[in-house]
Amino acid sequence: MSILILAEHHDGALAGATAHVVAAAQQIVKESGGDIDVLVAGENVAAIAEAAARLDGVSRVRVADHAAYAHLLAEPTAALLNALVGDYTHLLAAASTTGKNVLPRVAALRDVAQISEIIAVASPDTFKRPIYAGNAIATVQSEDILKVITVRTTGFDAVAESESGAASVEAVDFVADNAQSTFLKEALAKSDRPELSAARVVISGGRGMGNGENFTLLDGIADKLGAAIGASRAAVDAGFVPNDMQVGQTGKIVAPELYIAVGISGAIQHLAGMKDSKVIVAINKDEEAPIFQVADYGLVADLFQALPELESKL
Amino acid sequence: MKVLVAVKRVIDYNVKIRVKPDHSDVDLTNVKMAMNPFCEIAVEEAVRLKEKGIATEVVVVTIGPKAAQEQLRTALALGADRAIHVDTSAETDERVESLGAAKALAKLMEEEQPGLTILGKQAIDTDNNQTGQMLAALTGLPQGTFASEVVIENGKAQVTREVDGGLQTVELTLPAIVTTDLRLNEPRYAKLPDIMKAKKKPLSVTTPAELGISVASRVKLLKVEPPAERQGGIKVGSVDELVDKLKNEAKVVA
Repeated sequence: MSILILAEHHDGALAGATAHVVAAAQQIVKESGGDIDVLVAGENVAAIAEAAARLDGVSRVRVADHAAYAHLLAEPTAALLNALVGDYTHLLAAASTTGKNVLPRVAALRDVAQISEIIAVASPDTFKRPIYAGNAIATVQSEDILKVITVRTTGFDAVAESESGAASVEAVDFVADNAQSTFLKEALAKSDRPELSAARVVISGGRGMGNGENFTLLDGIADKLGAAIGASRAAVDAGFVPNDMQVGQTGKIVAPELYIAVGISGAIQHLAGMKDSKVIVAINKDEEAPIFQVADYGLVADLFQALPELESKL
Repeated sequence: MKVLVAVKRVIDYNVKIRVKPDHSDVDLTNVKMAMNPFCEIAVEEAVRLKEKGIATEVVVVTIGPKAAQEQLRTALALGADRAIHVDTSAETDERVESLGAAKALAKLMEEEQPGLTILGKQAIDTDNNQTGQMLAALTGLPQGTFASEVVIENGKAQVTREVDGGLQTVELTLPAIVTTDLRLNEPRYAKLPDIMKAKKKPLSVTTPAELGISVASRVKLLKVEPPAERQGGIKVGSVDELVDKLKNEAKVVA
């Protein structure tokens, strides 16, 4: 068995997601053994490759450092993976927007299925994954020679840095032709806060926040707790906040140590994105709100009074 | 420019699903079905392109059992011109997987030669998020996934994509494949006269065999279970009590 992982990186740094994917790969090779290689594709990615080489369990890092792979556009990145993956039994990536964009394209090029968003490994060919917005968990077995898999990072604890030294780093020469797609621009939300899917604490607002300005009520608490700020789909649909803050089936899946839901009723859609959090707090004035059925600590209160008080007492 | 739209029949998003007692699958008996919400957005986008004079014809396709023709009629009522049903009832009574669906769509694209093909980014039943990307691979075309804005100009498509942390805009040569995210548009409701008119719009039927492709399953569904139930906790009476619990009981706040 041998596994190739597409590394995730942003702003010149290896993303935390990759360490979770390596953990999933370790479970796949646990019984029978096998190599875990990480592919770092991008432009000027030497430092990222070195960081990947320090992850525990990584056998080898392969680096495709070329302008063709800047921004990891689907067309050249899938062509690169297609050229490399023939020697492997498994291809893994995080179920991020990068992994979701690129991996199905590779799967189709290899004429194999993809297994999306696994949350557990039962054996090298059998995996658990949520379906119907997490309202059912399917156990599925791949019958393909190559297993193409995206990994829901919250299902696997990140591997640490290796204590036995760094893995070898080797360059890949393959350069994909791409006349079909061009990167134009990127508008990434600038924030000093941790990224939603990697934060230790997340505080989210829902429709009960009333409007976008009121989301500033969450700022002080987020500052004190080092939390990321999220939102329910209802708050996004109402135009309070941008979609990249959305937690839920159609947004980000989070599983922090502490999740605070404020003015969120708790639609299935939202629960699908946060119910694996370790501790859930709900603040809502409607004591019948379904969010209280999953909350460890529920506070029935008017959020406009409770939030300032909570901020002052933390 | 012809626009092809793929739609999928799924459980209505308001329905709370049940797992069958034998854990073989989700129970869909007598459950309300509907067009996948992301596919509604795809139909809407195509119809708007036609209203702007960019699209000349909107062709809607579904792959599935005979009952899926209901969703084609819905798409026709929303403004699509013509429908194609790839009837899979002879091949399988199970779901058609993404790769099989992509193969059927790729064959139809050979025949129809659309300038743009729009799909929903994922279906809310299997939550796979694969078919559009696979279709792009099989046809050798560029892809703009998770689109929140699509601009067709000078023979190219500028697609703004919802990515982790914000938005990314790419320019694609045409023909291209686009998959829709939630904020791309707000789909209209079909008006009664349009629903009546839709019944007379052309709907042709083909099969995977006629298209010369296989929709055979590659992934075995071994078991379906309900998720581990999370136990509700307690209600606290005040912010003070909440802070105390978080500090001293849950120990998640220093």
